Amino acid sequence: MTEQPTAPPDAGGLDPQALEAVIAAPGSRFRHDYLEVRGLRVVFDGFVAVDGVDLTVTQGDLRFLIGPNGAGKTTIVDAITGLAPATGSVQFGRVDLLGRPSHRIVRAGVGRTFQTASVFDELTVLQNLDIAAGAGRGPLTLLRRRHVVPPEVEAALETVGLAHVRDLPAGVLAHGQKQWLEIGMLLVQDARLLLLDEPVAGMSQAEREETGLLLQRIGEQRTVVVVEHDMEFLRAFAASVTVLHQGRVLSEGTVAQVQADPRVVEVYLGSGAHGRGRAARAGGPSTEVE
Amino acid sequence: MSAPATTAPAPNAAARPWWRHPRVRVWGGFALAAAVLLGVAPVVLSDFRLNLLAKFLCLAMVAVGIGLAWGRGGMLVLGQGVFFGLGGYLMAMHMKLADAGPGGVPDFMLLYGDGVVPAWWEPLRDPVVTVLAILLVPAGVATLLGLAVFRRRVRGAYFAILSQALAAAFAILLVGQQKVTGGTNGLNGFRSFFGYDLADPVNKRMLYYVAAGVLLVMVAVVRLLMVSRFGELLVAVRDQENRVRFLGYDPANVKVVAYAVAACFAGVGGALFAPVVGIVSPADVGVIPSIGFLVGVAIGGRATLLGPVLGAIAVSWAQTGLSEQFPSFWTYFQGALFILVVAFLPNGFATLGGLWRRRRGAAVPGPGDAPADPPAGTSAHADDPGPDPAQDAATAARTAGRHA
Ligand SMILES: Nc1ncnc2c1ncn2[C@@H]1O[C@H](COP(=O)(O)OP(=O)(O)O)[C@@H](O)[C@H]1O
Ligand SMILES: [Mg+2]
Repeated sequence: MTEQPTAPPDAGGLDPQALEAVIAAPGSRFRHDYLEVRGLRVVFDGFVAVDGVDLTVTQGDLRFLIGPNGAGKTTIVDAITGLAPATGSVQFGRVDLLGRPSHRIVRAGVGRTFQTASVFDELTVLQNLDIAAGAGRGPLTLLRRRHVVPPEVEAALETVGLAHVRDLPAGVLAHGQKQWLEIGMLLVQDARLLLLDEPVAGMSQAEREETGLLLQRIGEQRTVVVVEHDMEFLRAFAASVTVLHQGRVLSEGTVAQVQADPRVVEVYLGSGAHGRGRAARAGGPSTEVE
Repeated sequence: MSAPATTAPAPNAAARPWWRHPRVRVWGGFALAAAVLLGVAPVVLSDFRLNLLAKFLCLAMVAVGIGLAWGRGGMLVLGQGVFFGLGGYLMAMHMKLADAGPGGVPDFMLLYGDGVVPAWWEPLRDPVVTVLAILLVPAGVATLLGLAVFRRRVRGAYFAILSQALAAAFAILLVGQQKVTGGTNGLNGFRSFFGYDLADPVNKRMLYYVAAGVLLVMVAVVRLLMVSRFGELLVAVRDQENRVRFLGYDPANVKVVAYAVAACFAGVGGALFAPVVGIVSPADVGVIPSIGFLVGVAIGGRATLLGPVLGAIAVSWAQTGLSEQFPSFWTYFQGALFILVVAFLPNGFATLGGLWRRRRGAAVPGPGDAPADPPAGTSAHADDPGPDPAQDAATAARTAGRHA
């Protein structure tokens, strides 16, 4: 990911007002939603990528997960969503997630995005959102044409500022717009735990600002974990921070606490700054063409 | 022919004349095809040629299913001969039993076997059971197979090899069980089709109409599936299977449905092929015919609606013409044509029009014309699709879907 600024097109811009319609959630519904990770361990062919991580994120928190390349951030998200083999325990809303197939974890209310925006390029923005909203549809609904746009999809289009490009194939969107579309998909999919892997990578300053505000608003009602590299973005929007290093939790607390932690300073400024041996791949300076 | 899924109303959507509207074009093309098949062809073609066309239409039925499973669903179905054969043999068995009369024994069983009709043949004396079996057995086998295979995330080349091996095994099994399957000779010499004398040219024409009608219905069904929410989901699974999983769907189920529909179409194609051609044998169901089905689809344009049909008919037509004159030459020709199309026109001839239009219109280069992210790039370590021709194909098909 590089910071290739992609100017939002004319009519762009996020619409926090419309958000209400998407996440119209009676507060009580999510009261007991919190993510609880205990002793999470992921091993790839003898290489320990995540080594005994504990993590508790409650609703209303906007948790940032940071750390050098190869620290294991993406792997933690993968483990929670059933993509990487893990031991330990992961609970969300009193449901055990580990060991379940990914699509069941999703149905338990967990949604994620990927480091590389992965939308369905050939389908339109509207179709992308409609699919995201439709995991609970029965066979008969599926076999018919979409006659009316579901209201939550309509609202999500407004929220993520993509209403004006709703009928364009998602493949032609600018990078930032794709990331917004991903966030919109999480909203309509009714995820109560949102795991976002580098959601502002490749966005312009203005887009980052808007995205941050949007995530803050979502975080009030849902449980949000953001994996991010960008320190400025973190300072502006994080409610709390967990710093990872070599697969372990190095430090945890508010932004100020974490920044004052000498171990964090050492990792970020010292020799560990460039990750370790096998790492650099994930967040390396790939050139994103958009 | 259009991927309604992606008929993005361009900024000038309102300015588009009504006849350019995708819906009008699709159903207009459909009406034209129906007029040619049901109106023109029976008038201008001799009985012999018409019967030949009926055979091609049966093969085209397999192609329609492949278009759905491969073109839209990304499953490289290299073993459709199995389902074609299941349908063909079920129908042939019924016809042999019917020819033998109530309680009678088919001639070949008296010749090779012990003259006893096996118990599993008996239900097929009943025409209703036969029709139900033709509709359900291939689809059922595909469902079981699909669940076993797709749940284990077998995809791409591995799936292709597996389905092809199955076709080979099926043909070997048929050859080996001569007493109950007729062996290499297959089943042939049918005299009647549901009570109609097959020696009567009028009934042969009727068979043609049945084949044409069934094919048109299949095309309409595929079109409706393509524009349904399921059709959109299928494309999503083809392009980003993992992403679909993280939206709460089980992609295996989505694929199984498309695979089963394709199998059902192939089975029906086989079932009509037997009375039209007068024989069904292991040579019609093995590896070579299975690849042949695919070639027509690739040449015609797999992700489009009518491409597979036209491709299949054209290839069969060429095969009949060429192999009469140069019997051994056809296989090479078919191979060469396949390679040429894959190399230079990866989305088939049906996309030629769109390509040409874009060339001429010096396409507005949208940001999407930049190299797309690799589909596997979902996460640094999303499951690696490995060497996956279907995936490459899918990438190539991006534009096809948009302009076909
Ligand atoms: N599928 C895999 N197989 C082997 N090693 C992996 C795999 N996925 C990740 N890793 C390794 O695990 C470590 C953590 O990676 P990752 O979680 O992607 O880091 P990041 O914090 O940058 O997101 C890296 O060293 C990476 O090379
Ligand atoms: Mg990462």
